[in-house]
Amino acid sequence: MTYAPTRWRFRQPSVIPGFGPALGFTIAYLSLIVLIPLSGIALRAAALGWSGFWALATDERTLKALEISFGASLIAAIVNVVFGTLVAWVLVRYRFPGRRLIDAAVDLPFALPTAVAGIALAAIYAPNGWVGSLLAPLGIKVAFTPLGIIVALIFVGLPFVVRTVQPVMEEIDRDVEEAAATLGATRLQTVRRVILPGLMPAILTGFALSFARAVGEYGSVIFIAGNIPYVSEIAPLLIVIRLEEFNYAGATAIAAIMLVISFFMLFAINLVQTWSRRRYGYGA
Amino acid sequence: MDVSIRNVRKEFDRFPALHNVSLDIHSGELIALLGPSGSGKTTLLRLIAGLETPTDGSIYFGPEDASLKSVQERNVGFVFQHYALFRHMTVAENIGFGLKVRKGNDRPPNEQIRKRALELLDLVQLSGLENRYPNQLSGGQRQRVALARAMAIEPRVLLLDEPFGALDAQVRRELRRWLREIHDTTGHTTVFVTHDQEEALELADRVVVMSQGRIEQVGTADDAYDRPNSPFVYGFIGDSSTLPVRVENGEIWLADRTVGLQVNDVPDGNASLYFRPHDITLLDGCGGCIAGTVATSRRVAGTRRVELEVGGSQHRVEIELPIEHVAAERSRIAFRPTRWKVFPDAQDSTA
Ligand SMILES: Nc1ncnc2c1ncn2[C@@H]1O[C@H](COP(=O)(O)OP(=O)(O)O)[C@@H](O)[C@H]1O
Ligand SMILES: [Mg+2]
Repeated sequence: MTYAPTRWRFRQPSVIPGFGPALGFTIAYLSLIVLIPLSGIALRAAALGWSGFWALATDERTLKALEISFGASLIAAIVNVVFGTLVAWVLVRYRFPGRRLIDAAVDLPFALPTAVAGIALAAIYAPNGWVGSLLAPLGIKVAFTPLGIIVALIFVGLPFVVRTVQPVMEEIDRDVEEAAATLGATRLQTVRRVILPGLMPAILTGFALSFARAVGEYGSVIFIAGNIPYVSEIAPLLIVIRLEEFNYAGATAIAAIMLVISFFMLFAINLVQTWSRRRYGYGA
Repeated sequence: MDVSIRNVRKEFDRFPALHNVSLDIHSGELIALLGPSGSGKTTLLRLIAGLETPTDGSIYFGPEDASLKSVQERNVGFVFQHYALFRHMTVAENIGFGLKVRKGNDRPPNEQIRKRALELLDLVQLSGLENRYPNQLSGGQRQRVALARAMAIEPRVLLLDEPFGALDAQVRRELRRWLREIHDTTGHTTVFVTHDQEEALELADRVVVMSQGRIEQVGTADDAYDRPNSPFVYGFIGDSSTLPVRVENGEIWLADRTVGLQVNDVPDGNASLYFRPHDITLLDGCGGCIAGTVATSRRVAGTRRVELEVGGSQHRVEIELPIEHVAAERSRIAFRPTRWKVFPDAQDSTA
């Protein structure tokens, strides 16, 4: 029995069997479902040639649509992080009548057809709608403006934050908070220095999911956005418009840009997550 | 800091976890709350810390009424059974936490906090581990960090809730000795909870024996072991044998025989006789004794434990004999307790 123990091996000896088949299946499955369709976009974009692609990509309407899409998604994800965490906190920490109902309602944005959500939101936030009519005297217009896009994206992204943060929050030991209190920490200090850092990895995951969902969202936005080019037109809508114009090259270019930006943003978030996991003591 | 618990009662949703408990803890003493699970030890400890509020009664730290103060203001060090360390902070950050969250002039500068953390780490014999995270430590090491963290705030009282409960026997014994040393060095008034009598008797200056939300007895290890003041303490601490007896004119009777023991402070009527298996003397003749048939006999370490059936097969008592004693060969043994106590049966006290 003489091994060279330091030699790197692709496969570490393991007591859990099935590494080979599992990896094979994973790669095949991911290829079929994700990689091959996406590489289709990349290939088509490549076929445009660099200058062709650049011309389409730097088209002002495209740039504006991308800016709106990613900007609104970012804002929506940030809002969701704050309020989603708060909602999770209330659901985990307090017992009140109707808690289960609210808990169930959080999932509605998952289940509802997004078009229905969009129509409902548009109706409520329109200048003559319930909420819209209250905001109108204050000079705030939501429906048919970029603000409307943000509202719709907040709506669809909320459950992602709540559902990722909630279980981790439930795991927090009462002991740890009590320890902080006996050491003299105020409630605020305990939340800021003890509870939130522990939730950070989960919050980041929630942020990433909510953001990713918002970037790809189409159905609910188009009903409330007003879809005015250069103002409230999102990139996914512009892709559809280009397709309807039979401008496949234009559609492909926008899609490719979205793909690249999304990939790098999610990759960056993933790195931050890994770092924070280690930082906050989850890694081994 | 003297801590005085005065007539404290605690109910959880009408369930009484503590009934009218009073206890004086002296400054600098190491005192153990000992009792079976559910006897209210943790509740009492949490009341002292301010993690619970009493339903009734008050708790004094020295001359001041601590009941009026919040947990944060009480300045107590609390060590939890499952460590309760902050997992996203290094060992040094954990220990420094209590100083870091202080306000204004009370908050020492960062380098001083770190220096203090390192000193404490040295005290708990974990020097060099200051940059580890809690999940990189063993259970025993984590609990040492938890203790260092509690001591960093110069607590007026140190409270430990089954601090070694989650550790294996070997580490427990080590940490027990170590805790005593730390206590002797720092002199903190310390209250610790345990359900392990060996731990309590070995470690504490005084032991508070609790049962069902009441304090049964407060005293030194010797008091608790040699002079138990209730049937519960007799049964809970150390081994004991018990027999139902009758008291008549100060004479103790077992069925129709006298045991040959006299009491003068127990009223006539039914009672229970308690004694330790080794506190007996064997008798040859029986002019006042407890006699029984040998049921089982087993070797326990350096002695022999003999189980006797007394009064037919109604009652069993255990006595301890030297290994080579001839009596172990007999089928019938007569003895009399040398150290014993009789407690009148509660329901018959009027008879
Ligand atoms: N937060 C609580 N709510 C309801 N009952 C409790 C609570 N804490 C303790 N109790 C009850 O009070 C009694 C004493 O508990 P505890 O002080 O934890 O006992 P010990 O620490 O001696 O095991 C137990 O019967 C327990 O069920
Ligand atoms: Mg307990």
